[in-house]
Amino acid sequence: MNPQAVAQSVVFGLFVGGNYGVAAAGLSLVFGVLRVLNVAHGELLMLGGYVSFWLFTLAGVDPFVSVLISAPVLLLVGFALHRGLFVYVERLEEETRIKNSLLVSFGLGLVLQNLAQWAWTADERSVNTTYAGGSAMVFGLVFPYTRLASLAIGCLAIVCLDQVLRRTYLGKAIRATAEDWRAAALAGIDIRRTYLLTFGIGAALAGVAGSLVSIGSTVAPTLGAAWTLKALVVIVLAGMGSIFGAFIAGLLLGAAEAISTLFFGSTYREVVGLVLFLVVLLIRPQGLFGRGPR
Amino acid sequence: MLTVQGLAADYGDVRAVWDVSLEVDAGEIVALIGPNGAGKTTLMHCIAGLHRPSAGSIDFDGVALHTLAPHQIVERGLVLVPEGRHIFASMRVLENLEIGAYSARARRARHATLRWVYEIFPLLKERRDQVAGTLSGGQQQMLAIGRALMGLPKILLLDEPSLGLAPLIVRDIFAVLRSINAQGLTVVLVEQNARQALHLANRAFILEQGRVVGQGSGAALLADVSVQRAYLGLAVEAG
Repeated sequence: MNPQAVAQSVVFGLFVGGNYGVAAAGLSLVFGVLRVLNVAHGELLMLGGYVSFWLFTLAGVDPFVSVLISAPVLLLVGFALHRGLFVYVERLEEETRIKNSLLVSFGLGLVLQNLAQWAWTADERSVNTTYAGGSAMVFGLVFPYTRLASLAIGCLAIVCLDQVLRRTYLGKAIRATAEDWRAAALAGIDIRRTYLLTFGIGAALAGVAGSLVSIGSTVAPTLGAAWTLKALVVIVLAGMGSIFGAFIAGLLLGAAEAISTLFFGSTYREVVGLVLFLVVLLIRPQGLFGRGPR
Repeated sequence: MLTVQGLAADYGDVRAVWDVSLEVDAGEIVALIGPNGAGKTTLMHCIAGLHRPSAGSIDFDGVALHTLAPHQIVERGLVLVPEGRHIFASMRVLENLEIGAYSARARRARHATLRWVYEIFPLLKERRDQVAGTLSGGQQQMLAIGRALMGLPKILLLDEPSLGLAPLIVRDIFAVLRSINAQGLTVVLVEQNARQALHLANRAFILEQGRVVGQGSGAALLADVSVQRAYLGLAVEAG
């Protein structure tokens, strides 16, 4: 196998992995704070993809600009879903809460998927910008501009989220609530509001990921489940409690998939993530970047 | 200042608090003593809004607390230091304190309050960049109290602040409580360490099996023979 081809695969793998990372960061944040596992996260990503697709198709909005629209749109969708649905799950004790959140969000995923199919047909859509073909050559490796920009936007979203969590009062409230919601409540934090905002932010990240997917790949109503699965694998790889960890684990998964495709063909592409999933669970159950059991 | 009337609280089918009435006046230190399982912590959780009472009322400066969420209660000036400290272990000492000043009222004054808290606990200033989980038990208790003070309470509730701490540290913490009380803060103290609590308190209530079974001034309860026997480990007849 020539090293050039391997390196090129890794590069493309990292580009795909950046999207995995953004998708996983949102899911991880919501799970870490609300203890709600939203398996409809992939469907939210799908909605974000359609926002970009329709903005481009109907209004000619550049998909890199429409990230700025899909994120707030999904933020609002997230608020609505939390208010209308997940707020009822949230009241349960932790263990029942996780189980019920799986059921509720699985149902939600089906509904969103079918609504999308009904409204926009099952056609696979993609955004084809005029500059899509351009690429840079570095050391004989191809770096398509759109992919580079996607990765940069993904990184930017993650850095922004990290800064919000670290520096702002809201971010501190989110971290405190994730760590010990009772203590957070006693410190004067409005837990319900923190949950609502966190869910919205998680959905907005799904929106960003969806827009990025619409640029590099195709959008279809059935897209969601695969992305939820990827995000779950990435969260297990990364471990809970680290946003950067989730992003890096996303990149790793992308690269691992790309390399395996090169060696074993694309048939086993999906297996790679699941094998990694099992290996990490066996060897390092707290994940690569997660905090160990306290 | 704080009036609890006919309070009852349940966990599922189990009644933890039956019929508790007590009052705390401004400027007092009031102790709540009683054995394990007497309902002291449940009572604290009801007052702080973490647990909905099944019956009765809680009134704080003319506001009914039992319908409010915990953060609204903090906003009104009642702050609980929970049993087991519950500091944010993965966050820095300073961040823990900042979160204590989350409510809008406390946030406006947070810089001045922080100076005050550092004066009370100079150690927290020294350790402000340390990750809170690496503090010792006594230091964590100081942080828990410091975080509560950051919320600018008018009344401070503490649930078992001496739990698991060395006697010397307990003495320090009680001294701090006495001094912040002298600065005008009302203190309610739940303790299993009855002797020290009674020495500190102006008044005390004894809780057993979810009911108030006795009350009086700290000194009077210290002198009471049945209290001595039950809670102070004195004069126990062989048998």
